[in-house]
Amino acid sequence: MEKPVNYGGGDLHLEATELRLGLPGSDGHEKQSSASVKNNKRTSTEAMTEESRSKSNSNVSDGRNGNPDGDPPTKAQVVGWPPIRSYRRNSFQPKKTEIDGAGMYVKVSLDGAPYLRKVDLKVYKSYPDLLKALESMFKLTIGQYSEREGYNGSEYAPTYEDKDGDWMLVGDVPWDMFISSCKRLRIMKASEARGLGCL
Amino acid sequence: MSEDDDRSPPLDLRGADIAESSNKTRNCSGVSGSGVPGPGPGPSSMEFQAPYPDQVLENVLENVLQFLSSRRDRNAASLVCKSWCRVEALTRSELFIGNCYSVSPRRATVRFARVRSVAIKGRPRFADFNLMPPDWGAHFAPWVAAMASAYPWLEKVYLKRMSVTDDDLAVLAESFPSFKELVLVCCDGFGTSGLAIVASKCRQLRVLDLIESEVADDDMDWIACFPENGTTCLESLIFDCVECPINFEALERLVARSPSLKKLRLNRFVSIGQLYRLVVRSPQLTHLGTGSFSAAEGPAQGEPEHDYLSAFAACKSLVCLSGFREILPDYLPAIRPVCANLTSLNFSYANINAEQLKSVVLHCHKLQSFWVLDSICDEGLQAVASTCKDLRELRVFPFDAREDSEGPVSEVGLQAISEGCRKLQSILYFCQHMTNAAVVAMSQNCPELEVFRLCIMGRHRPDPVTGQPMDEGFGAIVRNCKMLTRLAVSGLLTDRAFGYIGKYGKLVRTLSVAFAGDSDMGLKYVLEGCPRLQKLEIRDSPFGDAALRSGLHHYYNMRFLWMSSCRLSPQGCQGIARELPRLVVEVIRDEVAEHKDDAVDILYMYRSLEGPRDDAPRFVTILQ
Repeated sequence: MEKPVNYGGGDLHLEATELRLGLPGSDGHEKQSSASVKNNKRTSTEAMTEESRSKSNSNVSDGRNGNPDGDPPTKAQVVGWPPIRSYRRNSFQPKKTEIDGAGMYVKVSLDGAPYLRKVDLKVYKSYPDLLKALESMFKLTIGQYSEREGYNGSEYAPTYEDKDGDWMLVGDVPWDMFISSCKRLRIMKASEARGLGCL
Repeated sequence: MSEDDDRSPPLDLRGADIAESSNKTRNCSGVSGSGVPGPGPGPSSMEFQAPYPDQVLENVLENVLQFLSSRRDRNAASLVCKSWCRVEALTRSELFIGNCYSVSPRRATVRFARVRSVAIKGRPRFADFNLMPPDWGAHFAPWVAAMASAYPWLEKVYLKRMSVTDDDLAVLAESFPSFKELVLVCCDGFGTSGLAIVASKCRQLRVLDLIESEVADDDMDWIACFPENGTTCLESLIFDCVECPINFEALERLVARSPSLKKLRLNRFVSIGQLYRLVVRSPQLTHLGTGSFSAAEGPAQGEPEHDYLSAFAACKSLVCLSGFREILPDYLPAIRPVCANLTSLNFSYANINAEQLKSVVLHCHKLQSFWVLDSICDEGLQAVASTCKDLRELRVFPFDAREDSEGPVSEVGLQAISEGCRKLQSILYFCQHMTNAAVVAMSQNCPELEVFRLCIMGRHRPDPVTGQPMDEGFGAIVRNCKMLTRLAVSGLLTDRAFGYIGKYGKLVRTLSVAFAGDSDMGLKYVLEGCPRLQKLEIRDSPFGDAALRSGLHHYYNMRFLWMSSCRLSPQGCQGIARELPRLVVEVIRDEVAEHKDDAVDILYMYRSLEGPRDDAPRFVTILQ
């Protein structure tokens, strides 16, 4: 067991330049912190042991003494330190919004089809993109969107269920608002869809 | 809200004294922190006797006392005699409860019958850093229930670190027809549904401020719940902490029909294009939180580039700017027109560098409050120091809040600030290391400092230049800054630092200690030396039972003591509980950490008129 080294400034990593006998890779650091830090100043009435202290929230056990010894080179992160509220801490990590996540898959149903499909809305940049993909996926034509008439004139009308559970006509709202509120798609027969058009 | 607590003289409150004083005139129990926690069962005596000769005097008193606004003055007045106590209670319209468990809602509402505005604080501050399991308590429910019947005319509620549920908000919205102001700071337990109820039912609402609170996303469009017709009375709408998208069209309409709106702080789901639309509609704003300050996510909007510069230029009254939650620095020049008028600027969510900061801050001559990220480096702080001669409050937060990360700010920045901003009153500074010399310099250059909070993120880190502990630096602060009331220490500290605090920190009310000290003496110095100490929070420091006992003479004067991961035993804490019956001594088990049965993870104790609370969760043991 090596003798404790005086780390004058805790993060100088003097142990890297230290000469010692021993096989390369033998550290002894993990045991060192418990052993060297048995503080003489503790009184006999202390009920807590080294072990219980080191297993508490601060899993670095050198909290007791004022001497610069025993600053362990590998510091595990301690709970609640530094004292920054988690809201602030998390603000600078990459945000995982729905859109930035691994993909925005929504179910697509076609009236009359035996099974549903799924599309990743993230892949598309705009409505024409999406509609073209749906047309090719289901082998049908959806036609042009017009604000006034919806998809009148085509056989099918694409609709979607939004966050509130309402069925909306695809194309009315800006694209990014659409992809953030679209929960699933349903391609309706035009005859049924007439009521959804912007009349 | 003022952090000030009552400056009660230290009283020696051993058991005998309390019993004796109950026979004298002091049977009006102090609910807001005056020195005497009065004994006696039930509420204080408020009998209304038959008309008596002093009636005239009391009427005069009532007319005079209603002009007293400071709660300290009121507490002092209430201690003069029974009739002053009674009249003061009748004329107190603002009630401040510094610890929600120090007094019961019933006792408070019985004593103070005509309250219009209530402020209540709950959880201890260290709970914010996950040092305690959640659901510890501090429920608003019993308070709102009591107030619903006692104060139907209630207008304002301010809560800090309380658990508030949607139901509580519903009760609030239903019970107080004149309700005007709701401010929730660091609260949790509610969601957008609760906000929706408040928005729709509180027709007189002037202020709805959500600050650093956790709001659950119930998918409720609360913004659309404000009454659609006519104008609103809204003066302040702050929701920058709400982490869910909002209905922007509804917000725009709301702002358009709120002619009195002065303060608007948007959350990060509002893009800069949307911000533009709001700002052009409300150039009268004095406080603005800009939201994300970047373009909307997703594919290109196809929106025209707005004239942001003109929009801001039209805001002649803007004095406080914040937000910048996802800032695109290209947009930063847009705020240039308002810089000259700004007294408060919060860049603490903006990852900007020194150059980008300089482009703005060099115009901010009137700045008094500045919050920023350390991404601006020492160079950015030097720019602040050279320009902001009127700076009173500075907070520098770490972008990378870890112990061994890069330290972009250091003693260089602190020294510069101390030399440039002589009027500094309050500083919170996160860094990786610090020198004693810079701290000493600040103590000499900034004599008006009242709040000094230095967080050296490297635990036990000494002065990197001298290798010495940070004792001398903090010693200089308490010695030279004669108005110091709040102190947070860090870095390598021996008992000597605490000796200085005890010797010189005579006005210190709040002290935060982490990973510091050598022995019981450290805590003893503080408890014996600081007569004004109200709030003491300590973690991971070698203070034990003997040290705890040295504060027996003072605990009744404090709002609370928190000690976690120190060297306390259950027996030691029990001893305190036995000797001070009016203290609630909570031993809180941190369920995550393993420990031997007889170790005390967390001690949290506070004076109370009510004894042990009945809503303690199972991980809390109240010693008696």
